Amino acid sequence: MPEHFARGLRIVGHRVSNGIWRLGFATRFFVTILARSALSFRRFRGLTFREIYFAGVLSLIIIIVSGLFVGMVLGLQGYETLQKFGSSEAVGTLVALSLTRELGPVVSALLFASRAGSAMTAEIGLMKATEQISAMEMMAVDPIARVIGPRFWGGVLSMPLLAAMFSAVGVFGGYLIAVVVIGVDEGAFWSQMQNSVDFRQDIVNGVIKSVVFGVAVTAIALFEGYDAPPTAEGVSGATTRTVVTSSLAILGLDFVLTAFMFKGI
Amino acid sequence: MDRTLLDLWVGIFVAAGIAALFVLALKVGNASTTFNTGATYRVIAEFDNIGGLKVRAPVKSSGVVVGRVDDIQFDGKKFTARVTMNIDKRYEFPKDTSLSILTSGLLGEQYVGMEAGGDSDMLKDGDTVKLTQSAVVLEKLIGQFLYNKAAEGVSK
Repeated sequence: MPEHFARGLRIVGHRVSNGIWRLGFATRFFVTILARSALSFRRFRGLTFREIYFAGVLSLIIIIVSGLFVGMVLGLQGYETLQKFGSSEAVGTLVALSLTRELGPVVSALLFASRAGSAMTAEIGLMKATEQISAMEMMAVDPIARVIGPRFWGGVLSMPLLAAMFSAVGVFGGYLIAVVVIGVDEGAFWSQMQNSVDFRQDIVNGVIKSVVFGVAVTAIALFEGYDAPPTAEGVSGATTRTVVTSSLAILGLDFVLTAFMFKGI
Repeated sequence: MDRTLLDLWVGIFVAAGIAALFVLALKVGNASTTFNTGATYRVIAEFDNIGGLKVRAPVKSSGVVVGRVDDIQFDGKKFTARVTMNIDKRYEFPKDTSLSILTSGLLGEQYVGMEAGGDSDMLKDGDTVKLTQSAVVLEKLIGQFLYNKAAEGVSK
C-alpha cells in the first residue's frame, strides 16, 4: 500500500513540475517570438505574406460557410422564441449582437484553431522531427525568426479579418432566413439592429477579442509544434493538444474578456 | 520582387476582411450616427428620477429620434440626476420645451420625450431645460393606487 501511494505521489509531482516547466518554456518561447519579430519582418517579409495565405485565405471557405449557417440558425431560433413575445422584429438585434459580441470571435477562433492551428503544429513538429530546424541553426539561420515569426504574425493578422467576415456573413444569413424566408419586415429588422448595436461597445470589442484569440491560438499551435517529441506519435499528440488547449484557452479568455468589456451594461 | 498569384489571393482576403468590418460598422452598427458628432448641440436637463434611462438612449420628439443621451450624472448638491443630451443641429426647439422620460411599449427601453413649447427663443448649446418630468416608477404607482383605494374605503 505505501509503495502504491508513493508511486501515485511521484506521478502527480512529475506532472505538476513538468507542467510548470513547460509553462516557463512556453513563456520564454512567446517572448522570443516577440523579440525576434523585427528580424522576421526585416528579413522574411515575403514569408509572413505566404503565411497569411495559408492561415487566412485557405480558412475562408470554412469560415464563410459556417458563418452563414450559424446566422441562419440564429435567425430561425430567434424568430421562434421572439414571436412568442410578439417582438419578432427584434430578431435582427439578436442575430447581430450574438454574432459581433460572442459567436463571431469565438466560433471563428475555434475553427481557426482546428483548421490552421493544427496544420501549423503538424508542420513545425515534422520540421523538427526531420531535423530541418537543427539544419537551419547549423546554417546560422535563426529558426524562430525564419519559421516561427512569419507564422505567428500571419495568424495574428488573419484572425480579426476572419472573425469580421464570419460576423458579416452570419448577419446576412440571419437576414436571409428572417426577412427573405419568414417575412419579418425588412426596415424594422435593420433599424432595430442599428439602434442596439454600438460601434465602440460591440464591434470594436469583438475585434479586440478576435485579436487576443489570434495571439493565443497561434502561440499555442507554434509552441506545441516546437515542443513536440520528434516522433510520429509525438507530432500527432502535439496536434491533438493544440486543438484541445487552444479551444479551452479561447473559451476561458472569452469569459475573462467579456467580464471586463461588458461590465454593467 | 514580382507580383504572384499569392499576392492576388492575399489581396482578395484582406479586402474582403476590411469590407466585412465596414459592413459591420455601417450596416449592422451605428457608426454612421456615432461619427457625425459635429452636427449636434448639447442640452442639459435635471430629473428627480431617471428610472432605467441609459447613456445612448434616444431622444425623441413626436416619435422621431432627434438626439441621444450623452451623459448621466448625479448632482450631489441638488440631489437630482443631470442628463446631458446631444440634439441634432437640424432640429431647433423652443426654450420652454418640456422633457419627460417615457418607455417604448410595455416592456421596452426608456427614452427621453421632447414636447415643444411656444417660446420664440430657441434652445442653444449648453442650455438647461427647466420643465422635466421623471420616469414613472411602477412601485410608486401601485403604492399610490393602493393608498387611494384605502382612502376611498375610509371615506365610505
